[in-house]
Amino acid sequence: MKTMLLVIISTVFVNNFVLARFLGLCPFMGVSRKIETATGMGMAVVFVMTVASAVTWNIQNFILNPFGLQYLQTIMFILVIASLVQFVEMFIRKISPPLYQSLGIFLPLITTNCAVLGVALLTIQKDLNFFVTIVFAFGSSIGFTLALVLMAGIRERLEMADVPVPFRGTALAYIIAGLLSLAFMGFSGMVK
Amino acid sequence: MLEAIVSLTGLGFVAAFGLGLASKKFHVEVDPRLEKIEEMLPGLNCGGCGYPGCSGFAEGLLAGEVEVTSCAPAGEEVVAQLADFLGLEVSGVVRKIAVLKCGGGVDKAVIEALYEGVEDCRAAVLLGGGGKSCRYSCVGYSTCEKVCPFEAITMGADGLPVVDPDLCTACNKCVVACPRDVLVLEPVDHQVIIRCSSPDPAGKIKKVCSVGCTGCGICEKVCPVDAALLDGSLASIDPERCVECGICAAKCPADTITDGLLPRKTVVISEACNGCTICARVCPFDAIAGEAKELHLVDPEKCVGCQLCIPRCSVQAIAQTGPPAPMEG
Repeated sequence: MKTMLLVIISTVFVNNFVLARFLGLCPFMGVSRKIETATGMGMAVVFVMTVASAVTWNIQNFILNPFGLQYLQTIMFILVIASLVQFVEMFIRKISPPLYQSLGIFLPLITTNCAVLGVALLTIQKDLNFFVTIVFAFGSSIGFTLALVLMAGIRERLEMADVPVPFRGTALAYIIAGLLSLAFMGFSGMVK
Repeated sequence: MLEAIVSLTGLGFVAAFGLGLASKKFHVEVDPRLEKIEEMLPGLNCGGCGYPGCSGFAEGLLAGEVEVTSCAPAGEEVVAQLADFLGLEVSGVVRKIAVLKCGGGVDKAVIEALYEGVEDCRAAVLLGGGGKSCRYSCVGYSTCEKVCPFEAITMGADGLPVVDPDLCTACNKCVVACPRDVLVLEPVDHQVIIRCSSPDPAGKIKKVCSVGCTGCGICEKVCPVDAALLDGSLASIDPERCVECGICAAKCPADTITDGLLPRKTVVISEACNGCTICARVCPFDAIAGEAKELHLVDPEKCVGCQLCIPRCSVQAIAQTGPPAPMEG
């Protein structure tokens, strides 16, 4: 139980995927304009990441390793992630058309979100067992969602602020991203 | 090797099967008309309508936000098809093309500087305005050629863009990109064009360009249908009124106005003429003469080929000499 808790804290705060490992920056900048869409995107990533790493763990340990097919790792993992993303896309389109509209191109782009593949590869690299893998992936995706929602919250408030012209838009978004990342650096070293 | 093939294929099949089931379960009904409209549209995704691509335009059409005619690349046929499908009425669509409102090629305009920066008009305009002295001229660094998605624009030998009327779809991209605003959209049938955009007075123009509009007002005076108008020291032609007679182009002392219908074909009146005199009264150039109830004759010296008389003839006795002109009515 203690390990699980530590894994969660580690992945959400200390080794936050976006702000400490710098993976998945594309949706981090692209879908962080509104809290609503950021949450929706986060939930989609939580689902894809958790299920994807559960499936990829099984593929690694029951197909790739026994048959010595480690070289197929990337293509297999991408295949799994791509199918899951397709599924999530259909699901969201059916359940919530407005969310589907606002996520737009970033929904299919989860396929190429390096954070998703990153989690799948990291769990293999760290040689985690099945349950820790799932917790690790879940924590990572929660960390991703947290970063996204924090960013969206700040950007929403800044919409109202009187920002000097040269800083408006993307420039300011990058500055905030940097500051957020700096803040998260404060956690570093707390959990290994 | 075998394991690799089997496992990867197997995984592919599992994913495909799962997705197939899911697509049945989570099937979303979309308006079936949407697909049909998208099929009818040209599918070029040029964005000229203001929507992101053809599917966006199709949605806009269904929502009634936009006119069928807003799709520039769709020809008359497609527009008629779409209107028919949507149960809409279309009033006469005039096909437009991009037209260059500048005649100052490198051989005609005064060049005062050598621009060696980025080969782009927008960059050149930012940096002192390129090489030509005239501040309203085409700078000639082929930005319009580069932005044209249909390869309708090529740069001529004189450094000015040439628009291919067959390829141009009036998508407006070059008009937006041009930093000097010398490209405008005009009806494709409109062939008599003032190739100058400079509002500068005659004295200034003469120094920088040999074909600049000096604002002499001759075109305004000779125009039989009041289509040419002088605004300050720059003339303009109203395409709605213009009958393409080309008399202004012939009379323009600075050769600012070009006539795309040259060489012109004069008209002849056949034996079928019943002498109703309507053509003689219609002709703005007094090129037709004849007594009432007798065969009328055309003076080829005076006739400019404006064709105003042809549709007015009650017995279809008037025809153009030579092969049919590129213009109708």
